[in-house]
Amino acid sequence: MALSTVLETPGAGFNFENATRNAALEALFEGGQTPKPLKTGTTIAGVVFKDGVVLGADTRATSSEVVADKMCEKIHFISPNMYCCGAGTAADTEKTTELLSSNLSIFSLNSGRNPRVVMAVNILQDMLYRYHGQIGANLLLGGVDCTGNHLYTVGPYGDVDKVPYLAMGSGDLAALGILEDGFKHNLELEEAKELVRSSIHAGIMSDLGSGNNIDVCVITKQGVDYIRPYQESEYKDDRKMNYKYRPGTTKVLTEKVVPLKLEVVQETVQKMETA
Amino acid sequence: MAAAASMMPIFGHQISSKNDLVPDWSREEVSTGTTIMAVEYDGGVVIGADSRTTTGAYIANRVTDKLTRIHDRIYCCRSGSAADTQAIAEVVSYQLGFHSVELDEPPLVETAANLFRASCYRYREELMAGILVAGWDRRKGGQVYCVPIGGMLVRQPVAVGGSGSTYVYGFMDSNYKPGLNKDQCLELTASALSLAMERDGSSGGVIRLASISEDGVERRVILGDQLPRFSTH
Repeated sequence: MALSTVLETPGAGFNFENATRNAALEALFEGGQTPKPLKTGTTIAGVVFKDGVVLGADTRATSSEVVADKMCEKIHFISPNMYCCGAGTAADTEKTTELLSSNLSIFSLNSGRNPRVVMAVNILQDMLYRYHGQIGANLLLGGVDCTGNHLYTVGPYGDVDKVPYLAMGSGDLAALGILEDGFKHNLELEEAKELVRSSIHAGIMSDLGSGNNIDVCVITKQGVDYIRPYQESEYKDDRKMNYKYRPGTTKVLTEKVVPLKLEVVQETVQKMETA
Repeated sequence: MAAAASMMPIFGHQISSKNDLVPDWSREEVSTGTTIMAVEYDGGVVIGADSRTTTGAYIANRVTDKLTRIHDRIYCCRSGSAADTQAIAEVVSYQLGFHSVELDEPPLVETAANLFRASCYRYREELMAGILVAGWDRRKGGQVYCVPIGGMLVRQPVAVGGSGSTYVYGFMDSNYKPGLNKDQCLELTASALSLAMERDGSSGGVIRLASISEDGVERRVILGDQLPRFSTH
């Protein structure tokens, strides 16, 4: 009995449909100042603990030196038992994980099985290798399935490593320092959460591209606990977000009333069926 | 990686290099700048590798397993681009598995080596992969085949590869003799790898060893503090 999956096997070779569009765009901006892609200068981390996997991320998305999004979501949903942290070009990580998620849910519906982490990793590796690094996605995929608790890292060129803990993004050196020091096999839930939190915190403190809040996602056999935010930044500004002004704030200098003379030219009545 | 960069389409704009928030090493391709080694003995082969994967100057994985299973009694040692070698190994693994099912017989090491060579030679412009194929089969016993960058194929009784191999050619030439037994081969491999790891910045971590024979595959790890030491200063 053939198991048909609607997983679209992609056509051979690269898909460079946007190439002509990009060339035209470059011509539009004289001097070659094309808009820069939104990069999440980031700190993401993941740790495998006794009962599952803990993923953590900061929430700052930067466009060169400007913070574009203060509450960016870097831990992406893949399936009920898998989440993926993404560093690199924001659009690439977002769309790659979305594509993966929809393919896996089609597979799930067709086969009646929960997807395994290793399957997700293989699909990601396949796609990223085909694009030879053009897709700037550094992904940290963690999940729990019938074979156990797994954490994988996939690079933009399509290399895969299975790891018990890892940090990625521009703040990874700082975060990895904390992880290398504090990691042990079979940590308890609270220890693991604290380890991930402090590693992201180290990334935020030591890296300009990371900041704002810390998101933590705990995946276990029982389910997922996505805590967003897990820890809020101490440097939050207090914006009113309310721009209603009381009448009289703007002074009225003159007032002129001109009545409009309207004539009824045509009147039609259409009955509505309200049965 | 200059060769690879020149082949990328010009409109495929990579991560902006002017951005200070993007560290150098996150733009480089991940490479298994490495030391790998394989030795034949009567009745099987011994293979070994270090465990360091680098992106530029950053160690992306310090406990990599570069000894990849292709079939029950055939392994390969990977050096070069991590992504390329992983992809090739998966393709060859599939092809060999299919071939083996068709024949209803365990595959020959020479077949595996030729499959590697076919991929590495055909796509030689796009790939950066230096691979040692080693294993045991019933026809010729333990065999080591070398498939370096460019896609050559040659059988050798003992072979080294990767960036660290240059430091141990002398050691290998003077210490290898035909007719060594399994334990001597394991010791020779461990020593050579240790010496290379000492001198080559792109090699390090732990030593992973495996011995393949008719009875199966035995894997072991030599941790950092147990590495054979030669330095007196």
